[in-house]
Order: sequence, then structure tokens, then C-alpha cells
Amino acid sequence: MAGEATATGTAPVARVRVPARSWRGDARAVKIVWQRELIRFGQDRLRIVTSLVQPFLFLFVLGTGLSRIASAGTHGVDLRTFVYPGVLCMAVLFTAMFSAASLVWDREFGFLREMMVAPVRRSSLVIGKCLGGATVASIQGVIVIALAGLVGVPYAPTLLLGVFALQLLLAFAITAFGVMAAARITQMQSFMALMQMVMMPMFFLAGALFPVSGLPRWLELLNRLDPLTYAVDPMRRIVFTHLDISPAARHALDPGVTWFGWRVPGALEAAVVALLGALMLAIAIVEFSRAE
Amino acid sequence: MQVRGLAKRYGDLEAVRGIDFDVAPGETFGFLGPNGAGKSTTINVLCTLVRPTAGSARVAGHDVVSERDDVRRNIGLVFQDTTLDGYLSAEQNLRLHAELYGVPRDAVGPRMRQVLDMVGLWERRASRVMTFSGGMKRRLEIARGFLHSPRVLFLDEPTIGLDPQTRHHIWTYIRELKRREDITIFLTTHYMDEAEYCDRIAIMDHGRIIVIDTPAALKASVGTDRVQIQTDDDAAAIAALQERFGLEATVAEGQVTFGVAEGDQFVPRLFAELGVPIRAVRVARPSLDDVFMSYTGTTIRDAEATATDRLRPMARMMAR
Repeated sequence: MAGEATATGTAPVARVRVPARSWRGDARAVKIVWQRELIRFGQDRLRIVTSLVQPFLFLFVLGTGLSRIASAGTHGVDLRTFVYPGVLCMAVLFTAMFSAASLVWDREFGFLREMMVAPVRRSSLVIGKCLGGATVASIQGVIVIALAGLVGVPYAPTLLLGVFALQLLLAFAITAFGVMAAARITQMQSFMALMQMVMMPMFFLAGALFPVSGLPRWLELLNRLDPLTYAVDPMRRIVFTHLDISPAARHALDPGVTWFGWRVPGALEAAVVALLGALMLAIAIVEFSRAE
Repeated sequence: MQVRGLAKRYGDLEAVRGIDFDVAPGETFGFLGPNGAGKSTTINVLCTLVRPTAGSARVAGHDVVSERDDVRRNIGLVFQDTTLDGYLSAEQNLRLHAELYGVPRDAVGPRMRQVLDMVGLWERRASRVMTFSGGMKRRLEIARGFLHSPRVLFLDEPTIGLDPQTRHHIWTYIRELKRREDITIFLTTHYMDEAEYCDRIAIMDHGRIIVIDTPAALKASVGTDRVQIQTDDDAAAIAALQERFGLEATVAEGQVTFGVAEGDQFVPRLFAELGVPIRAVRVARPSLDDVFMSYTGTTIRDAEATATDRLRPMARMMAR
């Protein structure tokens, strides 16, 4: 191994033996792919700033501006407090998608090949990428969580913990979705177009900006089909349980998602997100494991 | 390395049409041919990125289809296009590679230093790769290909797009690395001068191997030296060559050019008997260009031009 000298070399030649494939090797691969995402994110300060612009606009500009006309319907609750969980989910959504998009860049710049020929399971590369994207998106989420106090959301430990766990789950699921898409879509323009087409409807339909009860039938149906709904709703529920507000306000603003009149428990909602994430991760792994 | 009846078809396009060859351990084996001849496809099959449609191949003693991981552990790759992460430093790129290949942790540091030293990039290890020149990137990729001490190193057009001086440097590094590590090198190129570095060459065209031999034997097989003369009357000179010596001559690069065995001994006769004044004469031993020409009936540059036409339908297909 290291330091073994050969007859021909002047300097000692550090020869290396690549071990047979093992779970440890795959774990190392997961870790290094994850680390690369973090290094890249840390270097890209501009991205950290730009991806915060949108949540700021929604929370402080739109939230503040609309709060004057919305005050009649919010039963005294700050509109910004109400939209806060939705905006947090949006921040996570965008960051996670962009992380997944880097896979398309990797393909275009050839780096994907370097990973694809490595003697590791493709699944470890996919998992590493998803974990990396999820971590990066969560860091972004944490910045938004830190803003909670500015919009009337209390810094209660159980609230912060619950919200953090939910946004981590969402970040993972969204990255898995993006990676799955990136397995098929090889051009950046197409990928970005698809993301735009998917993300905005997902965000608007999820009830990030409005309560999910008493909607017209068509909108209610679309809302219940939108996976993001099942991240926004439990997050809002956690926030609202920590607010000291009237039952009427609670009923109007946090009615909860219902399936045929049955209120879906928060744990089940989180399970829906987790399940969808796992499913998309599995599809992504299958897609990347196929050889030409 | 052992290849038998290997073929790869993309839809209607037969990229590789059944090739056979063996490469001995420690050999430097070159694939020479125009773009579109099937060289890169062959490399992609050998390094397990592409599944062959027919035939089999063993690399470092392992089957490229059924023992994919064993093949991957034992090969190093330098692709035609760069596959570095420009946002990472040289060191980070190498570390990532070491982790992916499961290089033992205590060996990573010394080995990294060693390969970076060998390609003269140790001082630049902390710089981001995007600040590197084309030649430096290529050197870093070669260092990376060596990092995990592969038994076989694949170099797909290792110096394409680089200036002649940089190409020369790259080759100095490759030969030095090879001398130290005693590994098998499999390379593709369409530069004739690079093929001279190989122990053996396979000339490939239209997805088939036309001939495999050492550069010297290939050149000897052409049999004739190339003679170029400058005259005042080219037409008369060509006619005289045909009439007195029975030689087919053409005008190439503005000079009357023909092939003849043992050209240096032919020159005195030429002066004495041609009957057309000669202003200058040049005799060249056969080059690999001549070899390529004699086996394929075309120069490699002409073959490239037609290959581009042939590949156009494929480019369309992929753009779809």
C-alpha cells in the first residue's frame, strides 16, 4: 500500500489497491457526492442570496401589501403569519429543484461520466445527490425559519423542530423528484422549462396563500392532488397550535386538509410526502442504473 | 485484454462491426482511425459504459458485461471531453475520485501528492479547475486516471484540441507515468505522430479493424519510400517517370510525388535518366499516413470529411 517502493521509480511509489465493492465503499460514495453538493453550495454565495429573494418578496412585500385588504378575513391574525409556512415550503421547493438541476449540468459538462464509471452502485450516487440537495435546501429553509419572529411566529422549540423536520422531508422528496426528471431530461433548457411548469402550479395549488376549505370543487380537487399540500398543511398546523388566537380564526385559517370530509392527520400527511419521495428516489435509481 | 467479435449498433448505425484483438499486459496499444470510425464506441464498451450488441470483451481478466464492477476497479479513464468539476479545486477533484474508488484513507494523501507531482500540478492543487488551461486540465485528468493505480488506462484522444507543444508535454507525462507504474495503456487517436508511441496499432475504419501490427512493421509493409521532386515541367516529369521507370506519380502539395522502394538508392538513377531538370528532391521513409493510405485507400483527413457526412444522420437522431 502506501510507501511501497518499486525498482524503477526514483521516489517511493504509493501504490493503491482498489478494494472490491462493499457497503462501506458505497457509503463513502454517498458521503462524497453529498459533500460535493455542500462544497458547491458554499462557493455559490450568489445563489444563496438570490434564492432568498423570492421568499422575502412573498413574505414581506406581498404579505404586508395584502394584509390591509385581507384584514377583514383573518380574524386579527397577521396575513404574513398565515402565509409563512407556504413561503417556507416555496423556498425549499426552489432550492431543492435547483440542486437537482445541477445533475443536468454535470451531464452537459461531462462530470456525470466520471461518477458513472466509478466502481460503486449507481444508487449510492443518486442517494448522495438527493441527500446533498435536501441538505442544501434545508440550509435555505433554516434561514427562512430564522425569520419566523419577524412575522409573528413564536420561536417555540417544538414548533421549530416540527417545522424543520417537515421541511427536511419536503426537501428530500423534491430533490428526488428533480433527480428523477434529470435522469431523462438531458438539456438544461428543457429541464428549466419543466421546472417552471411544475413548480408554480404546485406552489399556487398547495394552499400556501389561502385556506384549503370552502374552495370550489375543481380547486379543492387540484389542491388535494398537489403533493405540496401535504407539506404546507401540517406545517401550518404546527405554527397555529403555537398561536394564541380565537377558535373562529383557527377554524377559518387552519381548517386542515380533508379527504371526503375526513380531516387527514398531520402524521399521515407527512407520510404521504415521505412515500412520494421514496417512490421517486426508487424510480431515479432504476433510471440511472440502466446501462446503454 | 481480450476482445472477440465485438459489435455495437445504434439503431440503423453500426458503430462497431465485429472486431477481435488482444492486448498484452504492459503494452501500449493504439486505435488509429478517423472520427466516426468506432474508436470511442469501442472504448465505451471496454470501460463498461455501453453494452455491446454482440461479442464479448474481457478487460484486466474480467468480462465487461457480467463483471462490470471488477472491470471498473481496474481501469482508469481519460475521456475525450473533460470530466472534471470546474468548481472544485484540483485536490478536491482527486479526493472525490479517491473516495468513489474506495482508495484506502491513509493512501489518499501520499498517492495524491505523487500523481500531482508527476504531472507538475502539485503547486496548483488548491486552485479551482475552471482557472486551468486546456493542457493543465488534461494533465489533471491523466493524474486522476492514475490515482487508483489502474491496471489498464484508457486514453480517448488524450491530446485532442491541444497545441503541439502541450501535446508533446502530455506525452512526456504519460510515458513517465507508464514507466513508473508499468500498466497497460489503450488509446485512441487520429494523430499519426501519436500512434508512433504505441507498441502496436490497430487501424480502424468504418467500424472494422483493418490491420493490427507494430508501427515499424506497418511502415515496412508499405514497402516504398515517398519521393518528392520539384521540376520546371511537372507534366513532363510525370510522363517520364511513367515511361522510363514505370512509376505512378501525382502532384501533391505542389510537388511531383511518387512511391518507390529504397528511395535513397533510386535518386542517382533518377537524376541520370529522367531527362527533365530537377530543382530539388526529398526522400521520406513511409509514415503512418502512408500506411493509412495504403490500407484504406484514402488519407485520414479525407476519411474524416466523409465520416462527418456519415455521422450526420446520427447527430439528427440524437437531437430528436
